[in-house]
Amino acid sequence: MDFSIIFSNLDIYFEGLKNTLILVSISLAIGLIFAIPLAVLRTSKNLFVSAPIQAYVYCFRGTPLLVQMFIIYYGMGQFELIKASFLWIFFKEAYFCALFAFALNSCAYTIEIIRGAIENTPHGEVEAAKAAGMSTFLRFRRIILPSAFRRALPSYSNEIIFMLHGSSLASVITIVDITGAARIVNSRFYSPYEAFLTAAVFYMSITFIIVWLLKKLEFKWYAHLRRE
Amino acid sequence: MKKLLVSLIILSIILSAGNIFAKDWKKIRVGVEGAYPPFSFVTPDGKLDGFDIDIAKALGKAVGAEIVLVTMDWDGLIPALLAKKYDCIIASMNITEERKKKVAFTNKYYQTPAKFVVRKGTIKKFSTAALKGKSIGVQRASTNDTYLTDNYGSDVIVKRYGSQDDLYLDMSSGRLDMFVADSIAASDGFLKKPEGKDFEFIGPDLVDPRWFGAGSGIAVRKQDTELVNILNAAIDKIRADGTYKKIQGKYFDFNVYGE
Amino acid sequence: MLNLQGYGPSILQGTILTMELCLASLVIATFLGIITAFAKLSSNRTLNITATAYTTVIRGIPDLVLMLLVFFGGQIFINQLGPMVGYEEYIDINPFVAGVSTIGFIFGAYMAETFRGAILAVPGGQLEAGSAYGMSRSKVFYRILLPQMVRHAIPGFGNNWLVLMKTTALVSIIGLNDMVRMAGFAAGATRRPFTFYLVVAINYLILTSISILILNRLNKKYSAGFIKD
Repeated sequence: MDFSIIFSNLDIYFEGLKNTLILVSISLAIGLIFAIPLAVLRTSKNLFVSAPIQAYVYCFRGTPLLVQMFIIYYGMGQFELIKASFLWIFFKEAYFCALFAFALNSCAYTIEIIRGAIENTPHGEVEAAKAAGMSTFLRFRRIILPSAFRRALPSYSNEIIFMLHGSSLASVITIVDITGAARIVNSRFYSPYEAFLTAAVFYMSITFIIVWLLKKLEFKWYAHLRRE
Repeated sequence: MKKLLVSLIILSIILSAGNIFAKDWKKIRVGVEGAYPPFSFVTPDGKLDGFDIDIAKALGKAVGAEIVLVTMDWDGLIPALLAKKYDCIIASMNITEERKKKVAFTNKYYQTPAKFVVRKGTIKKFSTAALKGKSIGVQRASTNDTYLTDNYGSDVIVKRYGSQDDLYLDMSSGRLDMFVADSIAASDGFLKKPEGKDFEFIGPDLVDPRWFGAGSGIAVRKQDTELVNILNAAIDKIRADGTYKKIQGKYFDFNVYGE
Repeated sequence: MLNLQGYGPSILQGTILTMELCLASLVIATFLGIITAFAKLSSNRTLNITATAYTTVIRGIPDLVLMLLVFFGGQIFINQLGPMVGYEEYIDINPFVAGVSTIGFIFGAYMAETFRGAILAVPGGQLEAGSAYGMSRSKVFYRILLPQMVRHAIPGFGNNWLVLMKTTALVSIIGLNDMVRMAGFAAGATRRPFTFYLVVAINYLILTSISILILNRLNKKYSAGFIKD
């Protein structure tokens, strides 16, 4: 195996690394920001409010990310209506399509995670808050959501890793992320091992860093459960 | 246990020694792409057809060998050849120095120029300045890819696709401003079809041997020198006895061999 | 809008291939998962470290990268091994085998985590009592550990199954004619990508829904007599 090819082409990999990090962080951020209010709404007793959200979550969790991406990227290009409107400025770009697909997908999974955490709030705390006369908004803000975030952390950590791995699909729609870089090097120099092993190393390093950071966060947030 | 192992090793050495004599090429497996009309494509009823396919069959007939066609995506053609999935590649693959590092080539069996394709009326006159900032599509790791990246890489946005079909799809939906491809493939696979009516060729014929090599040849594993000779002889034969002309005439009304 | 222009049958064939792929991979993943779970829990250091390395590496690399590695690199690897033992003929790794082994291999790691958690959830005291009664190791496994472990494993198992089903979509990228790839051909030929990919999405939703229904019933059955605390 000849890794000199890799070293002379590291710039492509770093370009890919940059794109991967940008895609993952922005998708996660947008997904999270929208997921919090939507998760709260999802717990509402009002069917008109919770049903659409439930449908959205079901569709996006029940279909592969790859298919979602193809529908958005290739599918949007099929309709003259979209191409004629201002929306085309966005959907024309592969980058935007990938971001849009990743954000929608991440949001759906995150809604489920936060909803699960909200519903697992110890009932006593909720009752106490109601007894103290807190409004729904105040109850969510001071009592339910803070502990929900802590409960959601392990599952959300998994979601972050899944998003990182899912971002490799961006290479399928011409984006040069880490996997895209590996495919270029593989095609040009016919060296699959070197090209994809390097990509694997990049992904593993990022995974380890994220896991390490999250462990520190867990340590802080679960301080009350530490036994010393 | 150890004795068993030793005797197995000796046995395998003896068996492999028996494979030193020349392979007799009665059956040749050919790797093809199947996604590159009019050279290589799949008909609606699932059969492989096209110029490359017909040439492969004709060559087999010329040397009295059975031809077995194996489809493979463009990216995987050379790795699978090296892995012995088939014995040669007939897939409109240009003979380039870079590829010669990994495989051996026969002489060319055709040579056609590449060209730029653009939406009608968007570029008046072809020049480097006119290309600046445009999104230009190519098939990943093709000679068009290397040509575009090396000559214009810093001025344009290069978009690489796994197959020509994906490229045509994005071109007709307006995601690409231009693309670079073999002139015949682009003409038959895109421009002559209904979705290609708003597009046209632009700029010069791209034939610089530094990027486009010496035409399309048949790729063979480096150690199979005998197969290279057999195929070269076959190519000469079909060119001499008119078979080549007949196949050429089925798809094109001009000379695709070049000089 | 839903006019499939005659590509319906090919998409159906792709769907059947997808289902075959899912089930075959599930078998491999479950098998690998159980072995790895026990390896991780064993006191044998080599087994322990190998199992941990396996799960860590798999969960650190995207499925697509692993698949591309196996697809492009696997052929070369196996065919370099062949001549070393005197086997000159070509050893074909057809894409289906490549896809099934890769997905099975990937999800073996995730199943291992699920099974490990399930095994740990069975009160150790029961296992001790079993051996105190003179039951052999395998008897303890089949009579005490396995039935209770299944109940704990079902949610995680079900989850992994759903994720596995969606991951099979990636085999379209390595040239397997599953329904995503067939939709791609149809889309390219008819210039209607939205229509065909929507059909594929609906197919996946149907498969997912059926799976969830089956998993719920399994859950009910194996939770019989168990009072949730």
